[in-house]
Amino acid sequence: MGKMSVNLCGIELDNPVIPASGTFGFGYEFAEIYDINILGTFSFKGTTKEARFGNDLPRIAECTQGMINAVGLQNPGVEKVISEELPKLKKCFHKPVMANVSGFSVEEYAHVCSRLDGEEQIGWFEVNVSCPNVHGGGMSFGTQPSAVAQVVSAVRKATKKPIIIKLSPNVTDIVSIAKACEDNGADAVSLVNTLLGMRIDLKKRKPVIANVMGGFSGPAIFPVALRMVYQVSKAVNIPVVGMGGVSSAEDVIEMMLAGATAVEVGTANLVDPEACKKIIEALPQKMEELGIDDLKSIIGGAC
Amino acid sequence: MKQVFLEIKENTALTKDVFKMTLVGDVGEIKKPGQFVNLKISGVFLRRPISVCDRDENSITLVYKVVGKGTKMMSSLREGKTLDVLTGLGNGYDCEKSGDKPLLIGGGVGIPPLYLLAKELLNQGKNVSVILGFNTAGEIFLKDEFENLGCLVTVTTVDGSKGVKGFVTGAIEGGYTHFYTCGPEPMLKAVYGKTVTSGQFSFEERMGCGFGACMGCSCKTLTGYKRICKDGPVLFKEEILWEK
Repeated sequence: MGKMSVNLCGIELDNPVIPASGTFGFGYEFAEIYDINILGTFSFKGTTKEARFGNDLPRIAECTQGMINAVGLQNPGVEKVISEELPKLKKCFHKPVMANVSGFSVEEYAHVCSRLDGEEQIGWFEVNVSCPNVHGGGMSFGTQPSAVAQVVSAVRKATKKPIIIKLSPNVTDIVSIAKACEDNGADAVSLVNTLLGMRIDLKKRKPVIANVMGGFSGPAIFPVALRMVYQVSKAVNIPVVGMGGVSSAEDVIEMMLAGATAVEVGTANLVDPEACKKIIEALPQKMEELGIDDLKSIIGGAC
Repeated sequence: MKQVFLEIKENTALTKDVFKMTLVGDVGEIKKPGQFVNLKISGVFLRRPISVCDRDENSITLVYKVVGKGTKMMSSLREGKTLDVLTGLGNGYDCEKSGDKPLLIGGGVGIPPLYLLAKELLNQGKNVSVILGFNTAGEIFLKDEFENLGCLVTVTTVDGSKGVKGFVTGAIEGGYTHFYTCGPEPMLKAVYGKTVTSGQFSFEERMGCGFGACMGCSCKTLTGYKRICKDGPVLFKEEILWEK
């Protein structure tokens, strides 16, 4: 076991760095420029039951130290993910991968997980509960403990693999949502998803994004994400995967001190496709500078 | 795709708001006309995708218009500075389909990628005609360069201050074997309606990454969903699906 290794829900990672879903596709674009097997793992593109085109264009708006996206879960649907994407992924990545799943009903979450459950390479399910609940008035599952509980219970029945619930920061009390996950059988939580935001085009006097609002991400949100990781990790006994604006080895260490067992890197991959490689390569030096012998030992060190 | 560091050799104004930047270094990933690079400009968060106007063994030339904060900052960069560049992006134009008499139709800042295309087609011994559309005489750029290559050039201006008055579509005549176009979307739609042969369109879209990872620039086509940055920016006429 290396100095950078961590254990996430019973599976050993060589290091805690995990490209976040939606910024890394199914891995092969990045495999063109570096060997992605150096990663702890990665979370693949959010997968739904049916193929989705997603939202109208423009889907992207730039911000100071960040960006807004309203892609709208474009993906080929779970059957094509199994028949086309996973065989391609398998050729360039040889470790357990994290399957990011989404749904617009409790049944859809359970269906997608049970379809993917037989895929040997999938080590964990990361369940995105930020989608609107079409049977619940369109409000995001992730904003109510009771709705999250239903999703967690349904997914728990669909798979024996570790379930990580990916939480939305757009809530009044993220701790109560995280506790509902823990109480209903989640193995871990990951946070935060993007913050709801918008931009207006001054010349057109209209929102930049066709969908009006979208998810704000990038270095600008790091302090907000860190605060929530800290609050949640103090309140639950399951592992926390930290993410939100992480773009350096220092950010990874800071997230771990706030209680993260592993750390996801999202938007940084879009600006620098080698971002995760650079972070992993910078970690040993940074650990030495800070007198850290074993990265595991600092998890929750500031809590 | 490849991440490289290129040095600015030249960054000068061609018109009031159109600039020409030459970058020196490893440009081997630019293999076809119509491909683009994505530049990291300090002071703005996302990279700026710019099409390649010309290339030789160790340099590329970009001709870009100042349209916002990023391109404004880009225009103030001095020679000698090194830029972080993602290169070899996009599919590029397919020169094999041109026939003997290809027609190139460019509007405004959509003109630059057609320059390298014209060069390539002329090298293959093709008879290249070019229509360049501008709003007004003061905005004209690259006209002499196309003529010096040996293309038959027609200029149109919306206000009639130079060349044929009106839009590029007014200057399209018969006799071409295939067409290539790049420009603002309303122009592309008009070209689509006016042309009678097969052709290729290069599209522009707001991008997140520029290399196919984020799905920020996907569009619907008759052959499925395509990412403008990775599966495009060039689409064939027969696969285009106009929305709205």
